[in-house]
Amino acid sequence: MQIPRWLAGALCALLGACAHVHETTLDNGLKVVVKPDRRAPVVVSQLWYKVGSSDEPSGLTGISHVLEHMMFKGSERLAPGEFSRIIAEHGGRENAFTSKDYTAYYQQLEKSRLPVSFELEAERMRKLRLPDEEFQKEVKVVMEERRLRTDDRPEGLLYEQFMATAYQVHPYRNPIIGWMDDLKTLRVEELKDWYRRWYAPNNATLVVVGDVEPGAVFALADKYFGAIPRVEVAPAPVPDEPPQQAMRRTRVAAPAEVPSMLLGFHVPAFQTGREWQPYALEVLAGVLDGGNSARFARELVRERQIANSAGADYGSVARHPGMFLISATPARGRGVEELERALLAQIERLRTEPVSDAELARVKAQVVAGNVFSRDSLYYQAMQIGMLETAGVGWRLLDEYVEGIRKVSARQVQEVAQRYLVETNLTVAVLDPQPRNRRAPRSAPGANSHAH
Amino acid sequence: MPINTHAARLAGLALLLLSAAAQAVPPLQQWTLANGARVYFVETRELPIVQLRVLFDAGAAREPPGKEGLARLTARMLREGAGRYDANQIAETLEGLGAELGNDASGEMAELSLRSLAERKLRAPAVEILRQMLLAPTLPEDGFQRERTRSLVALQKALQSPGEVAARAFYQGLYGAHPYARHPNGTEAGLKAIAHDDLVEFYRSYYVGANAVLALVGDLSADQARALAQRLLGDLPAGSAPPPLPPVPDRTRAERRTVKHPSSQTHILIGQPGMTRTDPDYFPLLVGNHILGGGGLVSRLSDEVREKRGLSYSVHSYFAPLRERGPFLMGLQTENARRDEAEAVMRRTLTEYVAEGPTERELAAAKKNLSGGFPLRIDSNRKLADYAATIGFYNLPLGYLDEFIPRVEAVTAEQVRDALRRRLRADTMFTVVVGGDK
Repeated sequence: MQIPRWLAGALCALLGACAHVHETTLDNGLKVVVKPDRRAPVVVSQLWYKVGSSDEPSGLTGISHVLEHMMFKGSERLAPGEFSRIIAEHGGRENAFTSKDYTAYYQQLEKSRLPVSFELEAERMRKLRLPDEEFQKEVKVVMEERRLRTDDRPEGLLYEQFMATAYQVHPYRNPIIGWMDDLKTLRVEELKDWYRRWYAPNNATLVVVGDVEPGAVFALADKYFGAIPRVEVAPAPVPDEPPQQAMRRTRVAAPAEVPSMLLGFHVPAFQTGREWQPYALEVLAGVLDGGNSARFARELVRERQIANSAGADYGSVARHPGMFLISATPARGRGVEELERALLAQIERLRTEPVSDAELARVKAQVVAGNVFSRDSLYYQAMQIGMLETAGVGWRLLDEYVEGIRKVSARQVQEVAQRYLVETNLTVAVLDPQPRNRRAPRSAPGANSHAH
Repeated sequence: MPINTHAARLAGLALLLLSAAAQAVPPLQQWTLANGARVYFVETRELPIVQLRVLFDAGAAREPPGKEGLARLTARMLREGAGRYDANQIAETLEGLGAELGNDASGEMAELSLRSLAERKLRAPAVEILRQMLLAPTLPEDGFQRERTRSLVALQKALQSPGEVAARAFYQGLYGAHPYARHPNGTEAGLKAIAHDDLVEFYRSYYVGANAVLALVGDLSADQARALAQRLLGDLPAGSAPPPLPPVPDRTRAERRTVKHPSSQTHILIGQPGMTRTDPDYFPLLVGNHILGGGGLVSRLSDEVREKRGLSYSVHSYFAPLRERGPFLMGLQTENARRDEAEAVMRRTLTEYVAEGPTERELAAAKKNLSGGFPLRIDSNRKLADYAATIGFYNLPLGYLDEFIPRVEAVTAEQVRDALRRRLRADTMFTVVVGGDK
């Protein structure tokens, strides 16, 4: 049945429930997903490529991220930096980000400027120049970024070492920004190969959220991206991480003031969006760390005062199974050993007793509200779509997510705790602060020991 | 077709649309409660959300000397107990409603914020908790001791970050005896000197109607907004607003502070007192700085430091306007071995820019970015609440947002050159260098 657009709009406004997501796939394989949001005369456009650090072989870690930087360094018709200057002159904000599973580029613009974004992105999808002199400078910028985010941040080093320990085989063990030694030996020819291999319309998703008509956006996408030829993209098989057989431990000695620790368990991510375990793990994370009423803040920080801070983190949307991660800092005068015991006792309790109805209800209320709050940001709405698409789950999970959380039972939370939050599946990393004036030999823990 | 030509044509098209965009600024309504609390309200009905920020002139700048850390500690104590609720009940109630609470203090303001679903049965109880936190915080002794200890850990942890060490040293050195020198985390001596009575006294003096601003945005009618504001803040005692802070004196000579840190990078900050929120040079300096180092990837500093030389991941400059003169500063981080080069490039870029002023091309590009990007500044409830709060706290004209594009467009190259020359003094700047061995 064909409903006139004005009527459909009125119905949606009345019901307040329509997801309003529209999608199409161009002949060359570029998927275009549009979510109209007419609250302001603006638009965000994000182009997501299905390539990230988990696609990288040993020795080439960080190459996806360096390529992301180089995408601003000139194409057939654009001089280095010109992309950014044009977007800026159109009042735009832009940048890019690289993760384990994707590399994405975005522009936020007044809505009439959307064609500028498409024209420029289409240009650099296949016509990047990658001049060596620009690469030589930009890889130095990336090394500075690594020093800033990781080498000079004790928590950054701890996380990097943690991942390299929790994963022995799967490329999630490598840092997104790459090991320093790999950055030092990277060559522009390797970037050119990487670019030709992954940057293709059939390996990308274009996400547009804002004050736009989906049909007009599809036509515009076809106009600018439609002529770009499809390229055979053959991802190398990524090895599964073998099941962990025993607890693993690592320790990072670095100049620091405050000790901290990470505890992580291997857990599944959504594959189809139909599984219940990721929902149960999300709720479990909420029971531990869903605000100031959750168990960590209430029991470990306020009541027992054993933790200065404690958090739980789980990302259900990823291409490969990820980690259920607990991060904590001991309270002043308390040790990491007793903190670890307290955290593991919390986990033990989740395995042995069902969470209370009140806790479940609070976590669900937060998810319901959070789902509405997330609609206040165009950028975040586009992020959600892009992440779901590049993880292979699909944006339709957005419509099912709240219901999936609502259906989680106390029994299911207990079941995922029993199944995944067990000692043989646990990795512990501890930051052991070294005095600042006695600089520890900075072999950048991991940088040498983990390059292959 | 070359992209530039095409882009230029699109720019022309978009300029026509700008006046329409400017008119789309949602109206800001303002009224004042009997106790002096000023309310700023924007009605947005598209999403069932209410967002509010209550601000007090009760940041670190208002701490009594010797009690550094008191402002943030007081703000953070509000969730430890209020009326008949203890910390657990406050958290359980708000989180059971799906509401988000914020309570903290920065250099110049203390803030209590809330985001709630608009539905009355979810919104009203959340507002009620907030009201108790504002009117009747219990400031319990055990929570006080714990939060003070956590503040001491935060202080200690900041010492492991070269960026935070540099920022603290910069504010201290730049502002000296002026209250803006204080970091909201306080000092170890200050935190240890705070007694429970100090919290009570600070709360009573500053969390009062005459010193309060409420920014309220969301799915409410004007009547509902009035009722909410009255319920939330109407029973606060009027009290009085504190006297203005002293003006920030000009610097008379260049100074430099070097801090050794076991890091692979050196962080460099260079700056001086900048401008106030109501500064007559506000728009020329805003546009002028945009060209120097405020335009993200597109600026003179970014060009010279990052694009041409690969010296730093992040290089920037900004004015942080406050009630009195907030700082102007330039900053970057680079590997220790290249720090002299990086500092020299940053200084030279500033000196040349102040001497030359912007080119017409640069000025036009900056104005296009600032005015063309204006709709992005107000495209969500959160951003509208931030603007309403800023307009309220700094007493900016209600039409500030409507005037933004015309004021930017009116700036001339000569005004920028003149303002930069009068206001930025490269020969008396304060420099902080924090880093390791070369």
